[in-house]
Amino acid sequence: AASMELPPSQYPAARAAALATGYLCYRRGGPGLGLALRHVRRARRQDIDDVGHKYHLELVLEDVLDKDSTVNCTAEVLYHLGNKHIAPDVQFTIEGELKNTDEADNTFYNRIKSLDKELVAENIPDSHGNVSPEMEPIHLLAWVASGYVIWQNSTENTKFQLACIKHVKQVKRSDEYLEFDYTILLHEMVSQEIIPWQMTVLWHPQHGVQVTQDSRQLKPTWE
Amino acid sequence: QKVFRVIPQNDEQVEIINSLASNIQVDFWQPDSVTLVRPNMQVDFRVEAEESFEVEDLLKESGMEYRVLIDNLQAALNAQFDSKARTSRHSYEKYNNWETIAAWTADIAAQNPDLVSRSVIGETHEGRPMYLLKMGKSGPNKKAIFMDCGFHAREWISPAFCQWFVKEAVETYGKDTVMTTLLNNLDFYVLPVVNIDGYVYTWTKNRMWRKTRSKNASSLCIGTDPNRNFNAGWCTLGASKNPCDPTYCGSAPESEKETKALADFIREHLSTIKAYLTIHSYSQLLLFPYSYTYKLPSNSEELNSIAHAASKQLASLYNTKYTYGPGATTIYPAAGGSDDWAYDQGIKYSFTFELRDTGRHGFILPESQIKPTCEETLLAVKYIANYVLEHLY
Repeated sequence: AASMELPPSQYPAARAAALATGYLCYRRGGPGLGLALRHVRRARRQDIDDVGHKYHLELVLEDVLDKDSTVNCTAEVLYHLGNKHIAPDVQFTIEGELKNTDEADNTFYNRIKSLDKELVAENIPDSHGNVSPEMEPIHLLAWVASGYVIWQNSTENTKFQLACIKHVKQVKRSDEYLEFDYTILLHEMVSQEIIPWQMTVLWHPQHGVQVTQDSRQLKPTWE
Repeated sequence: QKVFRVIPQNDEQVEIINSLASNIQVDFWQPDSVTLVRPNMQVDFRVEAEESFEVEDLLKESGMEYRVLIDNLQAALNAQFDSKARTSRHSYEKYNNWETIAAWTADIAAQNPDLVSRSVIGETHEGRPMYLLKMGKSGPNKKAIFMDCGFHAREWISPAFCQWFVKEAVETYGKDTVMTTLLNNLDFYVLPVVNIDGYVYTWTKNRMWRKTRSKNASSLCIGTDPNRNFNAGWCTLGASKNPCDPTYCGSAPESEKETKALADFIREHLSTIKAYLTIHSYSQLLLFPYSYTYKLPSNSEELNSIAHAASKQLASLYNTKYTYGPGATTIYPAAGGSDDWAYDQGIKYSFTFELRDTGRHGFILPESQIKPTCEETLLAVKYIANYVLEHLY
């Protein structure tokens, strides 16, 4: 299958990189660790007959809470030919260790578990970009969980980013998991659309982040 | 409570004021006390509501010149506190709403008459004046650089940069050699917010709005994408014919009052405008033509090396990495852009900036990043301006 080198910062590589980063962040992130794409070091595209387009990427990611902390990784993104409803396949390898967030995770976990009333919040960040320190883990959890939605819904013609959290509501559970019902806004760069999306997010310090349910929301067309 | 303004003409009328003050509670706003009242002086004082009728009768009887300055003090005070917009202070390190920016354009021009003058180039769909600032030391036969911000309503960092640029120009003129040379030899036309209606809408109704706020015939959907509305391969690639879409190209090129005003101004000053800069966010890109075609402009190598050097300058401050290149291959093909249009008009140096960040905050860039973003971008803009000055045509 033919393979060609791509300019790493032009849009075909950039889109695949955004998708890979979202997936990776979902698999490895949490309320104490979010990862974002710093830049693409190298990109190659392989057109596989009857299968699809496979991107080979060398990425540099940064810790969103500590910009100076970066990590290298390699990723492969396979966009399937034809059926656009199948999520792309993503594989990745991270060089080295990601930071340990046990302490922050446990603090957050215990804080939420001990709330009398379920947590409810809106508009994170606010219009001016402010996020209160107490809401930072909630914000980060959405960032990580949105990686799942981005992964599931991306094609070579889309580039999604989390724009903001419109609404978040904690759902009390009898088991050890924390559950949050989020309505987020995703920004899709190519169409410039802002898309409301609902997602149910489960999290536990030892079990990571899971999106158990998600659905694209309708918004008034004249908005 | 009412506030009266009286002008006693003579000692007799001063005496009337004196006796008034000794009979009822009178709170003097000017002068500070009744003992300072003199003939032909403007005297302002407050009285309780119950006394105000008596006072007015007295003043009428006396024949003294008077008027009611404030009819209802409480209401006036309430209005002042309620009107958040009107009483907001301008800050270069915060996002300012439109009223604050509009007032600032007047103030900055008034405070720096040798360097800044303000004009109106047109009106928005909702009737707001489009203010333009002309910066530079006046001189004969000066060439100019045109820079605009706020095409897309939700890109708040963009108008913040235009304001920062103006501030830097007036504050460092005479102190910074590059800026001084630039302002002595070039004029800068700075349009701080192109899409004012949209910007206001992001402050009042929907933070994520992008387009203008014009009505579309036969659709409930509002607005046109101003950066798809120029006559440059209009509506062929990367733009939508659906008024409900964020990249709607409009009913025709320059269908929007805002884009028409901008285009008219540039056409009228074409012989002097030698560079065009348009500021957007986000993605950290420095783009040059074309976006409406994959074809490259005739001086693409020159534009590429300018963009390369400007990006390096930008990165030198905080290591912020920018990607540069022709629009169509770098970000996406998109027709109807103002940069392509300006270039095709003959303005050889035409650039689009997409400022911070790369998606972590996107359009909602925290205010703490306004200063560093503006500082680094200024380096790139000064580089380009200096290059243009050294390569005038």
